[in-house]
Amino acid sequence: MKELIIIIITAVFVNNVVLSQFMGICAFLGVSKQLKSSLGMGGAVIFVMVCATACTYPVYRLLERYEITYLRTVAFILVIAMFVQLIEIVMKKTMPPLYNALGVYLPLITTNCAVLGVTVANIDEGYSFAQSIANAFGTGVAFSLALVLFSGVRARIAESDIPATFKGVPATLIAAAIVSLSFMGFAGMFA
Amino acid sequence: MKDNSTPLKNEFLKGLLKENPVLVMLLGMCPTLAVTTMASNAIGMGLATTFVLVCSNLVISLLKGVIPKAVRLPCFIVIIAGFVTLISFVLERYIPSLYESLGVFLTLITVNCIILGRAEAFASKNKVLPSVLDGLGMGLGFTLALFAMGSVREIFGAGSWFGMKLPVISKDPMLIFIMPAGGFFVLGCIIALVNKIADRRPPQEISCENCPSAAICGKDKSECGASAESEAAQ
Repeated sequence: MKELIIIIITAVFVNNVVLSQFMGICAFLGVSKQLKSSLGMGGAVIFVMVCATACTYPVYRLLERYEITYLRTVAFILVIAMFVQLIEIVMKKTMPPLYNALGVYLPLITTNCAVLGVTVANIDEGYSFAQSIANAFGTGVAFSLALVLFSGVRARIAESDIPATFKGVPATLIAAAIVSLSFMGFAGMFA
Repeated sequence: MKDNSTPLKNEFLKGLLKENPVLVMLLGMCPTLAVTTMASNAIGMGLATTFVLVCSNLVISLLKGVIPKAVRLPCFIVIIAGFVTLISFVLERYIPSLYESLGVFLTLITVNCIILGRAEAFASKNKVLPSVLDGLGMGLGFTLALFAMGSVREIFGAGSWFGMKLPVISKDPMLIFIMPAGGFFVLGCIIALVNKIADRRPPQEISCENCPSAAICGKDKSECGASAESEAAQ
């Protein structure tokens, strides 16, 4: 149990998926403009990451059994793409309030490299099933945390007077550098 | 032959600067930030992506009449993932050091927005030769942007270039440049520089026009959290 908690904390703070591993940057820059959309996207990512890991872990064991692990990339991306579609359909029918909250973000997740990244990392790290789920959950939380924190920063950027050349994306990236700098303080926490 | 050489040349050249996928269209940011701590890694990543981009554009433009429209995106992704698997075999066998240092980002070429974006926006609508040239141009434009990032970060952060120690700066390199924060900072500055040179209208934002997922999304623009706010902000 202690081990699982360490995995989660490491994923959220020490190895933050967005700010120190650079996965899911497109979504991070695209959706972090408002707190509301950040929360929605974050929730959807946590959900998809945990479920995708729960699916890809057995799929990998199956590939291992037939010694075709080189099909990993193809298999995983298909599972994720299919899974995202499935969640969208099921959610729309059975849980309309949740669908309205997360729905618009779901299609964006197929091309979010953090999801494929976390499923592959779980295999590369040699995690067990429980550890994989913990890592996926932690990574999802890390992504949401980065988005939520950054939406606050962006709200301030929008109000400040910055040089015309830096307006828009350059200013956003430089702000991200400063947020990322603050996360470096967590480095070496469990070394 | 001579008559259509100019448009073909344009298909190739537009990716290098005018529609540079990273610096102008703001696609494929993840590898741009992650693997550019060294110039050599940046070139390796760029060329691997170029290979996948050219091959997937070639196959997709050949198959454009065969793939049903409704399931085109899963088909594209599988084609791309196939070529990614291929290039990772090649790198693992012949350039193991590059394979090691690219790590998971080699697998993540599959979800690089540039490749799916070109497949959807160009290869699925155009003939084979323009598609290949488009892929080549976009790939080399991507490589160019990565190379610029990698050079700046390696020179200032490690005091070397392609592993060669540089005088003066290698004594006291600014480590921050090869750390994650430095990646964001350098990319921000390079995009600002490109903005300055190109003298484009500054408030350039990530919206549906350059959103890599717009094809998959299929939602009304007003529903999409990303663009709805940028319109509200104007």
